[in-house]
Amino acid sequence: MSSTLLEARAIDKHFGGVTALRNVSLTIRQGEIYGLIGPNGAGKTSFFNVLTGLYHPDGGELIFAGEKLQASAPHKVAKLGIARTFQNIRLFGNMTAMENVMVGRHVRTHAGVFGAVLHDRRTTREEAAIRRRAEELLNYVNIADRADDLARHLSYGDQRRLEIARALATDPKLLALDEPAAGMNGTETASLRELIEGIRKDGITVLLIEHDVKLVMGLCDRVAVLDYGEKICEDVPSLVQKDPKVIEAYLGGSIA
Amino acid sequence: MTSMSSLNALRTDKRMVIAATVIMGIALAVLPFIIGSGLGNSWLRILNFALLYIMLALGLNIVVGFAGLLDLGYIAFYAVGAYLYALLASPHFGLHLPVWVIIPAGAALAGIFGALLGAPTLRLRGDYLAIVTLGFGEIVRIFLNNLNAPVNITNGPQGISGIDPIHLGGFTLAKPISLFGFTLPSLHAYYYLFLALALFIVFVTIRLENSRIGRAWVAIREDEIAAKSCGINTRNIKLLAFTMGASFGGVAGGLFAGFQGFVSPESFNLMESVMVLCMVVLGGMGNIPGVILGGILLTILPEIFRHGSGPVQVAIFGKILLDPEALRMLLFGLALIVVMLYRPAGLWPSTTRRREFRGDSTNDVLKEGE
Ligand SMILES: Nc1ncnc2c1ncn2[C@@H]1O[C@H](COP(=O)(O)OP(=O)(O)O)[C@@H](O)[C@H]1O
Ligand SMILES: [Mg+2]
Repeated sequence: MSSTLLEARAIDKHFGGVTALRNVSLTIRQGEIYGLIGPNGAGKTSFFNVLTGLYHPDGGELIFAGEKLQASAPHKVAKLGIARTFQNIRLFGNMTAMENVMVGRHVRTHAGVFGAVLHDRRTTREEAAIRRRAEELLNYVNIADRADDLARHLSYGDQRRLEIARALATDPKLLALDEPAAGMNGTETASLRELIEGIRKDGITVLLIEHDVKLVMGLCDRVAVLDYGEKICEDVPSLVQKDPKVIEAYLGGSIA
Repeated sequence: MTSMSSLNALRTDKRMVIAATVIMGIALAVLPFIIGSGLGNSWLRILNFALLYIMLALGLNIVVGFAGLLDLGYIAFYAVGAYLYALLASPHFGLHLPVWVIIPAGAALAGIFGALLGAPTLRLRGDYLAIVTLGFGEIVRIFLNNLNAPVNITNGPQGISGIDPIHLGGFTLAKPISLFGFTLPSLHAYYYLFLALALFIVFVTIRLENSRIGRAWVAIREDEIAAKSCGINTRNIKLLAFTMGASFGGVAGGLFAGFQGFVSPESFNLMESVMVLCMVVLGGMGNIPGVILGGILLTILPEIFRHGSGPVQVAIFGKILLDPEALRMLLFGLALIVVMLYRPAGLWPSTTRRREFRGDSTNDVLKEGE
């Protein structure tokens, strides 16, 4: 069995009277595609926000690659190797696609004010490497032709791809995707699926929130189901689909 | 075939750039002689002030234009640089330090003040940030006004006079400089010094804009949460913006003190902060040529109103009906409103912002709710 990459232990998160997460524990293994599903408002995005340091959990802890994640320090989480996309796309709209990906390299590069102004050899080399890597990644997600367009002028599907490229630019060990197929048509979803499989093949573990059940069931090695902030099931897709609690959470029909 | 022609285009482009640079250089070099002989010394002084304001506007542009943090107290850093010069090179304390010590020290001290302002405001945005920074600017001015007792540091509202003019090498810029049988008047000498420093600041700003740091600033402006998730330490990067921006103000302040020979708290009031902010916004936030244009126009136009409105009124009405000073502010306000109505992205916006203000629909994708 492969090793554990992320372990969430009894995570709690409340918003006033609303419980977004209750005692959620889950384990993600190195190299797998792990699905996180559940009805709207189940707490999936909240879990992402706790994981990436945007929300401070009310209880529990996260162990990533053997290290305890510090709450409320998103930039440190990124440095440790967790990258994410957002359900409601968050690109740097008035920067070009290229620049968006270049920002993703920030956490792996070092140039400061003096380097920027003096253009010493190390800085120019680093800058060239940033540019090269960003080009590669735009190519990788198939939007190289939009490199010089403003992010906000990209089509919806391309924006989702750009967000993935920007996340990959941080050299993550774990890539967390929040509903990447939302709003995509069948063709777009199919090519997204290929993209995610390719990312996994390159050795990056993927945590996937998705509404498209077919996509999740076809793509994921294991799936956890959240309902009203609680994990009600965690298993391989074929068994999750048959779990009575899951079927009930989805009101019968749509999951099977 | 296509690659050949694009290569040629590139070569022509490069030649054009070189030609433009040379023409610019010559124009900037002869400008003080044209203005000095055509319009006289008062306009030469205004030209020098335009260069100081360009430095200020470029400094504020780092905070407001790049990092997207509204700062209404920016003039405080100008004050810090000016008072440091005044204290270290005047009879007030009997100190007469050389300019190459004071100006860098002014930049550094203003930078520290920038960090001091930045630190408590890191979590604030928009209007809240505007109010706190406004307060900061006023506090600095009030301190300068009142630090004359029990120990007299700033000499209070009277200000500090008799400040040493700027010395470079063995020359003082206060008197005409004779070199190789050629005499350079004082105002011209100041012009070249200010121009050199303004060009240096332009250079630094351009380098910063196209760097890892500059991209991080813009990323924070565009989406702070996404910037954090990309691994940007937003606290440090924002503090860096405040510090860098403030240090430009410190440089300009030191030059101002040496040029003017006199500083008092009155020179650093809220109106001045607003003026510099207007230069940034009017010119085209975030776009370096736009900000420079804003600095030039907003220094020169009010002076034209000031000098021109009296004689024009006499010519038309036979007497002065409206105080030129009041009229100047009135016209200034009017000009601002007109520009914001018809060119909301500024007179010379970056291509990016121009597109933004055209308000196209793709932007809505970004705002879709969760
Ligand atoms: N910032 C917030 N403030 C208040 N309530 C929130 C916030 N974020 C999420 N919630 C609440 O937490 C619950 C879970 O939301 P969310 O994690 O977005 O669910 P999902 O992503 O599974 O649709 C919802 O009831 C939502 O209203
Ligand atoms: Mg969600």
